[in-house]
Amino acid sequence: MVDLTAAPEILRTADGRPLKSALALAQRKAKWRAFFLVLPLLAFVVLTFIVPILKMLERSVNHDGFSSNAPTMVAWFNDHPAGADIPEDAYAALVTDLKQMQKDRTAGAAGTRINYTVPGTISVFKSAAREAEKLQPPYKDALIASNKMWGDPLVWVAMRNASSAYTSDFYMVSADLKRDANNSLVRVEDNQRIYVYLFLKTFVLSIVITVACLLLAFPIAHLLAVLPMAKSNLLMILVLLPFWTSLLVRTSSWIAILQEQGIINDLMVWIGAFSEDGRIRMIYNQTGTIIVMTHILLPFMVLPLYSVMRVIPPSYARAARSLGATSWTTFRRIYLPQTLPGIAAGSLLVFILAVGYYITPALVGGADGQLISNLISFHMNKANWSMAAALAAILLAAVLLLYWLYDRLIGIDRLKLG
Amino acid sequence: MVATSPNDAFVAFEHVQKSYDGVSLVVKDLNLSIGKGEFLTMLGPSGSGKTTCLMMLAGFETATHGRIMLDGTNINEVPPHKRGIGMVFQNYALFPHMTVGENLSFPLEVRGMGKSEREAKVKRALDMVQMYSFINRRPAQLSGGQQQRIALARALVFDPSLVLMDEPLGALDKQLREHMQFEIKHLHESLGITVVYVTHDQGEALTMSDRVAVFNDGRIQQLATPSDLYERPDNSFVAQFIGENNKLPGVIESIGDGKCTVRLETGEVIDATPVNVSEKGAKTLVSIRPERVEYKPEAMPANAHTIDAEVMEFIYMGDMFRTRLRVAGSDEFVIKSRNTLGQRMLAAGEKIKIGWAPQDARALDPM
Repeated sequence: MVDLTAAPEILRTADGRPLKSALALAQRKAKWRAFFLVLPLLAFVVLTFIVPILKMLERSVNHDGFSSNAPTMVAWFNDHPAGADIPEDAYAALVTDLKQMQKDRTAGAAGTRINYTVPGTISVFKSAAREAEKLQPPYKDALIASNKMWGDPLVWVAMRNASSAYTSDFYMVSADLKRDANNSLVRVEDNQRIYVYLFLKTFVLSIVITVACLLLAFPIAHLLAVLPMAKSNLLMILVLLPFWTSLLVRTSSWIAILQEQGIINDLMVWIGAFSEDGRIRMIYNQTGTIIVMTHILLPFMVLPLYSVMRVIPPSYARAARSLGATSWTTFRRIYLPQTLPGIAAGSLLVFILAVGYYITPALVGGADGQLISNLISFHMNKANWSMAAALAAILLAAVLLLYWLYDRLIGIDRLKLG
Repeated sequence: MVATSPNDAFVAFEHVQKSYDGVSLVVKDLNLSIGKGEFLTMLGPSGSGKTTCLMMLAGFETATHGRIMLDGTNINEVPPHKRGIGMVFQNYALFPHMTVGENLSFPLEVRGMGKSEREAKVKRALDMVQMYSFINRRPAQLSGGQQQRIALARALVFDPSLVLMDEPLGALDKQLREHMQFEIKHLHESLGITVVYVTHDQGEALTMSDRVAVFNDGRIQQLATPSDLYERPDNSFVAQFIGENNKLPGVIESIGDGKCTVRLETGEVIDATPVNVSEKGAKTLVSIRPERVEYKPEAMPANAHTIDAEVMEFIYMGDMFRTRLRVAGSDEFVIKSRNTLGQRMLAAGEKIKIGWAPQDARALDPM
């Protein structure tokens, strides 16, 4: 009878060492060698990819422009809970800090931080700092007399929130929200809502581009998969040709084709489809962004589709036909489902690239063809690092969410990118 | 059962030619009649045109010339999905994204059959191959043999009267292949369907078929029952392609009365039956099956010519002995003898005399 409660006997090597540790020892050298082989790449990725992304994420929740330059105010906000009335000693603390800011020339930095949530405050801070030495108590009346914004509870809510370097204000602004006098979140005025609209537009345009790429790439990929090798290689070169051409060259040739005095309009006028006054504008607007980005991202859809279609044996279609299915039923029920991993991979790739695309909308998008990345770039040019970082982080989160959804629905191990 | 004229044939190829490139013919003037309920095998080396014929019958290739008739109607212009022919593919072609049940239900769905009728038919077809318990599995979860059964059931589930099989057992191991051969044969007998079966495995062809069409170079070399094919090959190609075969080249010495003698290149004279040689002095290739060669003098037919042989190699194979001999200057002459009680074992270097009945040696074309 076997005693099942006894601990299982440890397997040992001939000289009595436990088998597991002997195996680990034998494989240690190979493991170290493998690790050293990937070490340069690992270091490169950490330094140039992971560290900057973490840094960016940190900036999106951290801005010490006010908190580091207004220590007296920070102390006062810490000692006094939020209330409706701002007492005189708060204004006294503010004047102390403004005097220091004038010495250190940091009024601009502090004002910039407040300016994110209450527009127009930079100049208020700068001028108040200049006049701080001349102000006489009571400071409350003196400051409000110099600029009535100092009496605005919104400014005080903003300063209280900025008294900690860590803040969710940039995400709040990205969602077109602001704080009212009671420190609760409300939507900004209609004419100031830009971020949510632009996020939505970016996603909608990216979906349109993805669908356009899919519709164009599916027949090409199928043709590539069924043609004999020699012909499909030639076609593949044509597909890949855009990859080997400079992005600027491609974009400017689209400008030549699509502009109002461009090739398509000339042709349409020549055959009489449009009148001379009826030339349509297909560039420097949304249409231009869609057309040019579809062209640029097409190979990213063709390649995954092709790699999936190539390995679908033609006998499946033949089997379906012999079983009585028409060619349309065969396509719909047999061929299409088997290309799904390719469709999903290609769509995911094109969508993610489109969502973050910057240069093409900047060149051909005009006013209404701009995407969220163009706004991120705008904030970066203005040195609004935290704002740019918050928008970028939202974009990153959306892409990761999409990736997670893909994994749940299709499985990341089925991703075939060529 | 065996159709003799194209008129009462269930399937008929009439002067069918097929070319892919417009330069060479893959199928050259094919005429073949298949009777209702027959099991006909197209056998031949790769590139002989047998698969092309099957694909033309299924409708995946069009005949360049000639007619293909199915049950009295010309089907040249009928698309494959309207032919109602069941087909089993070499790699099974089970739809990987569907379960076994969905695979079988597919041909019934496209025919617009109701759900309850579909379920009954799927169950019946799966029971037929003893696979009903696998109805919810995916093809990838099945072994090769199980996939083969499902493919078979799918080709039969919509009750086709003609089923085509394109090397369906090629991917199975030997034991399973032999088992499936019998299973397919029994299904054919119990269902009364017509089967056209393509293979390059001659053992498979002989085991399963009512008739075998041996293809080579785009033509049918011989169309006959398995026993005729093995014992009475019409030409040297068939003799060599089917079973093991000893070849002795020579010249007709005398001919007449259904018998002939052949003088070999080394001078010996042997007995043979003329098949496709007609005149004295013609070159010929005499074909003798290894198991029909006799070396014990007491078992030799009366008046048989004998010929000297030297044992080169003796291989003990269990149920059989296989002996390689030097005969008429060649080392490749093989004889097989059964391991019966008291059977004489030969030893390498031994010198013996061999002979055979004249009807077992067939004087064929010299190739």
